[in-house]
Amino acid sequence: MNIMSLPLSEQAILLFAGMVLFTSFSLLAQPRIVAAIRMFAWQGVLLSIVTVMVAVDTGLHHLYISALLTLLMKAIFIPWLLHRLVHKMEFQREQDILHHPVLVLLAGGVLVIFCYSIALPIERLGNSVTQPIIALSMAMVMLAMLMLITRHKAVSQVIAFMAMENGLFFAAVSATHGMPMVVELGIAFDVFVAAIIFGVFFFHIKDSFDSLDVDHLSSLSESDQ
Amino acid sequence: MLDLIDFKGWLLVIIQTWMFVFLAPLLVGWLTWLKCHLQNRRAPSLLQPYRNLWRLFHKDVLLPKHASLIFRMNPYIVAGVMLIAASIIPLFVVRMPSSATADVIVLVGFFALAKFFQSLAAMDIGTAFGGMGASREMTVSALAEPAMLMSVFTLAMVAHSTNLSTVVETLIQHGLVLRPSLLFAFAGLVLVAIAETGRIPVDNPSTHLELTMIHEAMVLEYSGRMLALIEWSSMTKLMIYGVLICNVFFPWGIALHHDFYSMFIGFIAIASKLMLLGVFLVVAETVLAKMRLFRVPIFLSLAFTLSLLGLLSYIILEVGS
Repeated sequence: MNIMSLPLSEQAILLFAGMVLFTSFSLLAQPRIVAAIRMFAWQGVLLSIVTVMVAVDTGLHHLYISALLTLLMKAIFIPWLLHRLVHKMEFQREQDILHHPVLVLLAGGVLVIFCYSIALPIERLGNSVTQPIIALSMAMVMLAMLMLITRHKAVSQVIAFMAMENGLFFAAVSATHGMPMVVELGIAFDVFVAAIIFGVFFFHIKDSFDSLDVDHLSSLSESDQ
Repeated sequence: MLDLIDFKGWLLVIIQTWMFVFLAPLLVGWLTWLKCHLQNRRAPSLLQPYRNLWRLFHKDVLLPKHASLIFRMNPYIVAGVMLIAASIIPLFVVRMPSSATADVIVLVGFFALAKFFQSLAAMDIGTAFGGMGASREMTVSALAEPAMLMSVFTLAMVAHSTNLSTVVETLIQHGLVLRPSLLFAFAGLVLVAIAETGRIPVDNPSTHLELTMIHEAMVLEYSGRMLALIEWSSMTKLMIYGVLICNVFFPWGIALHHDFYSMFIGFIAIASKLMLLGVFLVVAETVLAKMRLFRVPIFLSLAFTLSLLGLLSYIILEVGS
């Protein structure tokens, strides 16, 4: 399937899917927390745009609801919540420590190739326009996982966790044109609750250690005395 | 294949190359003019770069005491390389005989050659600034070159050719295709162009602040016509990158045939594309601040990642299995 044989609307789906992957990369490289939150919001916006375009292309109406849910949760509510928390804790100018940022980006590139080679047999099964996107969505999950293990601040780890969920949603949209409505609503509710609980945890971590660096959590309090 | 013994074609090459070189200061003048207006300053005339060059050409050359042959040869080598590089870029017409002689990888090689001699000449006289500037320039270019090659390879894969003229022609024939790979390659090449031509946020062409300058530190010891040649070649380099970006990613309007009417359209098209590109560049330069030198590798690794993404998304999204 060559891109030139596709109609313009399906080319646009692939174009936006590529941009979603790019937001994953820029999340990986972004040390500033406020900017990372903003980039996460953009990822949500792009994701819901892709979902709407897939819905228009395939004529599946339930995808409109998923797109709306994504937009409300991932692009508006969670970024707003994180923004508010960061402002409340006066962490606006906070930066995460990034060791070897260039190496991490290159590792991200390697992960994309790895995911492509894994998704290749799945792609051969069908010939829908969203088949090549499966590799991208797996790469998004992997990139978010890489971000999760390279970050030290709790806020950016939460962003990475949510980005991972974005990747899973993207995989569902591309592989099976969305999940059943019950599952989707359940996940949306889970994410909603998780965001609020994370917020409570931020305050606890900050109260105990006066910073959001999770490395403090790994040292035992008895050993200091 | 193109006919190499084509008298009319070579005449066109000569006209186009000289047009390229003589219009490069005008592009710089346009950028300065726009920037001044955006920043509420009084703008110099559009022809000011020509006047500067004219003035420099009529000044005496002062050579440092210990300058060797390399220092004296360097301006001519750099200017010559830029002239040849300008001759292989399609400005307003494709299918020129000169484009059959060199492809875009050779173009990257030309830039590396010019940079090599520039850095040697900067170290030649043994001043602290020269060595510092050379080391910084090499750091930047060593990181920028792989990114540029990656983005060039993306183009080559899309068009199945590394020849610039063929790439432009193929992309026109494809018509409007929304390619994620070209979007990423475009973004990567823009970042590389900003770094290589020494614009904000990587370098500031209009200051000589000791601690931050990169390109200017290397040419501090030059004067008179030598300085004029070096400045002119860096203007030409800016023009080369501008034309490369405009014509490869937005090829519409360029002349496919060697007749007067389509070439006239091609000329108007490239002039308006460059003017528009100038607006974007100047707005970006006004909004952004110059970044710390140690952030430049991260900036360039972003360029590399974008180009790599371009390559990957071509394979993953566009070819299919």
